[in-house]
Amino acid sequence: MATGRDDFIIAIRSAFLKKKDKQKFSLLTLIFLSIFVIVLSNFNFKAIQFVKLGINEVIYRSSYIASIPENKLKEINSKLKSHISLYENHQKKLIEVENSYQLKLQNEFLTSENERLRELLDESINSQEIFAKVLIDKDSPYLKSVVLNKGTKDKVKIGMAVIDGAYLVGQIIEINYTNSRALLLSDLNSKIPSVLAPNDVQTVVSGTGKNYGIIEHTQYVSKKDINEKERVVYTSGLGGLFKPGIPIGKMNINSNGVVNFFSDFTQLSYVKIVSYKSGGEE
Amino acid sequence: MSSLNKSSFSRILLSYLPLIILFFSVFNEFDFNYLKLDYFAFNFVHLLIFFWTLRNPDQLGYLAIFFAGLINDVVVGIPIGISSFCYLILCSVTAYIRNITLTPNFMKDWISLLFTILLINSIQVIILDLVFLIKVDYTNYLINSGFTFLFYPIFFVIFNFLNGRISYQKNDQI
Repeated sequence: MATGRDDFIIAIRSAFLKKKDKQKFSLLTLIFLSIFVIVLSNFNFKAIQFVKLGINEVIYRSSYIASIPENKLKEINSKLKSHISLYENHQKKLIEVENSYQLKLQNEFLTSENERLRELLDESINSQEIFAKVLIDKDSPYLKSVVLNKGTKDKVKIGMAVIDGAYLVGQIIEINYTNSRALLLSDLNSKIPSVLAPNDVQTVVSGTGKNYGIIEHTQYVSKKDINEKERVVYTSGLGGLFKPGIPIGKMNINSNGVVNFFSDFTQLSYVKIVSYKSGGEE
Repeated sequence: MSSLNKSSFSRILLSYLPLIILFFSVFNEFDFNYLKLDYFAFNFVHLLIFFWTLRNPDQLGYLAIFFAGLINDVVVGIPIGISSFCYLILCSVTAYIRNITLTPNFMKDWISLLFTILLINSIQVIILDLVFLIKVDYTNYLINSGFTFLFYPIFFVIFNFLNGRISYQKNDQI
């Protein structure tokens, strides 16, 4: 029994401390070093922040170059799919165009009316937009985020909204000098104050780690109160980070609070980073 | 083929291939998620490190693995050091298995891979969830571990072939 225990201890000691010919460090040294790095990354000292920024700058750029072949594959895959379903899509789009023309006219009228009313209330909203390219788009199972090619150099700040077309896709959570990371709405850690149209029910859209979100912290609304089968989720503007009324997604009445995002997060290539200021703010 | 073997460039390339694949995969973060198969994801880096540190540790240094972990953390967006720590735990297990095994056996390796992956993914989840308070999806981790385990035989065949070529070239040099 004692011999067995000795063998075990020898094997463990050998595994952790013994260095092979080509190894410069023992496993134990490197394990302690990685624990040290984890602890250090938890602190927010200025020196550590600068080191972090430097590492991020270099690695994001290198990762962008290394991802080029995979991105080309993605592109080919998406082109093939779109080519195969061309006719079907065309028919659908024709109907959509017809409907959207009517909606556009209605929308233009409502927008101008809304702007006039906001000016009367001194609540006009000024927005500043920065166009950014998606450098790294990794739909990883761990964190749903994208790396953008704009950073502090371009006056990007933490918390700014990231928009694809007219739809909200996420917010900035990390900034470096020339790039930044945006947390997507689908991430488990994402929580966006929103409203459900048309009843204006206040709610929070949370990410699920999958390609849809979920409605949380909302009051119960009877299905009888709602005529529409689908409800649109917009940002509420609470918290002051996002402009109210940015479309997020659609929620089916029978889907138990599942929100299908308008934007396809796997197809993001260019986005807008937007900050808002309401009329009274400096 | 023999002329290819004699070319010094291809010889160097072949001997550094595991290292190149490791860094390429952490920079690229292989996940195959663009295939849009729900839940389908496996950790290629875990398989790579497990095989090479078990069968031919001279081809993949611990320091390189440590740096690969740091890069992976930055690319994925989790706090720096976690992947390095997990990769090195994986290396410790393989070093232990190497020390207690006289004749390598595929089945034993495969089963020990399952336990190792479950261990390192649990450590990662604990650090992320409890220490850094980052929410993670446990199901994703579990399924990822399952697919990583299932894909080992395929990559074992590929890596074994590559390992054979590297050993053959080394012997040829001697």
